[in-house]
Amino acid sequence: MTQMVSQEIIMSVKNLNFYYGQFPALHSVSIDFLKNRVTALIGPSGCGKSTLLRCLNRMNDLIPGTRVEGQVLFGETNIYAPGIDVVNLRRHIGMVFQKPNPFPKTVFENVAYGLRINGIRDRRIIEEKVELSLKSSALWDEVKDRLHQSALGLSGGQQQRLCIARALAVEPLVLLMDEPASALDPIATQKIEDLIQLLKDTYSIVIVTHNMQQAARVSDFTSFFYIGNLIEMDQTDIIFTRPKLKQTSDYITGRFG
Amino acid sequence: MKASEFSSISDSRKRRKAMEFIVFLFFRISALICSFGLVIIVGFIAVKGLSSITWTFLTQPPVKMMTEGGILPCIMGTIYLSLGAILIAVPIGVASAVYLTEYAAPGRLLRAIRLGINNLAGIPSVIFGLFGLAFFVIYLGMGVSILAGACTLSALTLPVVISSTEEALRAVPQTYREASLGLGATKWQTIYRVVLPSALPGILTGTILGLGRAAGETAPIMFTAAVFFTPSLPSSIFDEVMALPYHIYVLATAGTEIEKTRPLQFGTALVLIMLVLGLNLVAIIYRSKLRRRK
Repeated sequence: MTQMVSQEIIMSVKNLNFYYGQFPALHSVSIDFLKNRVTALIGPSGCGKSTLLRCLNRMNDLIPGTRVEGQVLFGETNIYAPGIDVVNLRRHIGMVFQKPNPFPKTVFENVAYGLRINGIRDRRIIEEKVELSLKSSALWDEVKDRLHQSALGLSGGQQQRLCIARALAVEPLVLLMDEPASALDPIATQKIEDLIQLLKDTYSIVIVTHNMQQAARVSDFTSFFYIGNLIEMDQTDIIFTRPKLKQTSDYITGRFG
Repeated sequence: MKASEFSSISDSRKRRKAMEFIVFLFFRISALICSFGLVIIVGFIAVKGLSSITWTFLTQPPVKMMTEGGILPCIMGTIYLSLGAILIAVPIGVASAVYLTEYAAPGRLLRAIRLGINNLAGIPSVIFGLFGLAFFVIYLGMGVSILAGACTLSALTLPVVISSTEEALRAVPQTYREASLGLGATKWQTIYRVVLPSALPGILTGTILGLGRAAGETAPIMFTAAVFFTPSLPSSIFDEVMALPYHIYVLATAGTEIEKTRPLQFGTALVLIMLVLGLNLVAIIYRSKLRRRK
């Protein structure tokens, strides 16, 4: 734990309670996310890990009847403070979803989308950034000859890397990934995992996963959630080899969940 | 013991197979009746009316108390009226649908607006005609004109446009909206750049339905736009016009020589049907092109 403290914190959740209507989904969760590190959120279905992820860029605002208590600090700013520009916030905190969700546009336009909505019109800049983003997401070589064909013609794994490229194009600081490989085959999953390793040099990544091996492979820190509570968080190798709590070890060894 | 068990199994299989056959036969016949309905109506009108369709019929105004000549003013009138109705109804209808599905918070107000729109769809068309006469023609001083008729028809087609647009918007995957908002797009950017383009084929379907409805209606235009007879083509939106459905109505009920003009009536009906089907065809081709482009 001493190592954790010595590193720079990019996002910090403080005593976060979250409700869907009357139903409490998160109970007083406090957790720090470190810069240029991959933090995995694990736990059985319904444990609140995806809810927490979607609190980090206020995506839960879209769901009617939800309520938040507590703070989420992004740098020094509480993103739930009144007067926060949510649109601007989401530009800095990118998100990759469970199912690849490219727009029904061309490959190029998918990546250029974030630039265009931010008012960038210069064709040269857009082309440069699209190429850069596609290279960063390890997709460029596969799509450079079909940039102007529909993104829906790509394979599932390619679509997901396109979604990552789309998120990278607006140069976020944090990348939130909600089970990004759960809809993909093993080879495509491998590529996404390799990509995550490359991306953490530039971005801070929070990843929700159902796949324990995946958490072990890609993350630096792992936090285990159960029924809306953060049970244990530590460096990934510690969580998977000698967790402090029995509940955690029961889950990671497959005894429940 | 075992043998009898098997025989009872095969018995029930036979019964269920027979049931399957009967049920699907019923479904199939029902579907066939529906499609035959269209074929029979169009076929009947085509057989009766085809002989009247000549170049003169399509390009000349009626002559000799409308017992001879063509129906050009009616064709043009119907085109002006239905296009006018769509030009008014589509922007308002699409905007309302966007408001209802994308912006409005669920609650009492939203339910009330929906209820209003649904009831608007149930109002008999002659009531729209009387409303148009009272409101557009007299109160707003538009007179009996293309403008008044198009406004009245647009009120009639609005519910069609709104409900099909709403359906099209709801069919756009929520993940598109999340992806766009997640990149820092505003709600309006999301709607304008992602949601509306994806919903366009569906919106177009609504527009086609509305157009077909507007082109075929008689009651809403008989007090607001259409006249018995005018040999000249309209020169502005404040002119009155002849229109195909109203022309059929006039020839079939009010003419001096109803029997003699039967072929003209069927010819006019055929032109009206072809016009509507033609418009539909154009839109369907355009729609499938849009879908393929994705």
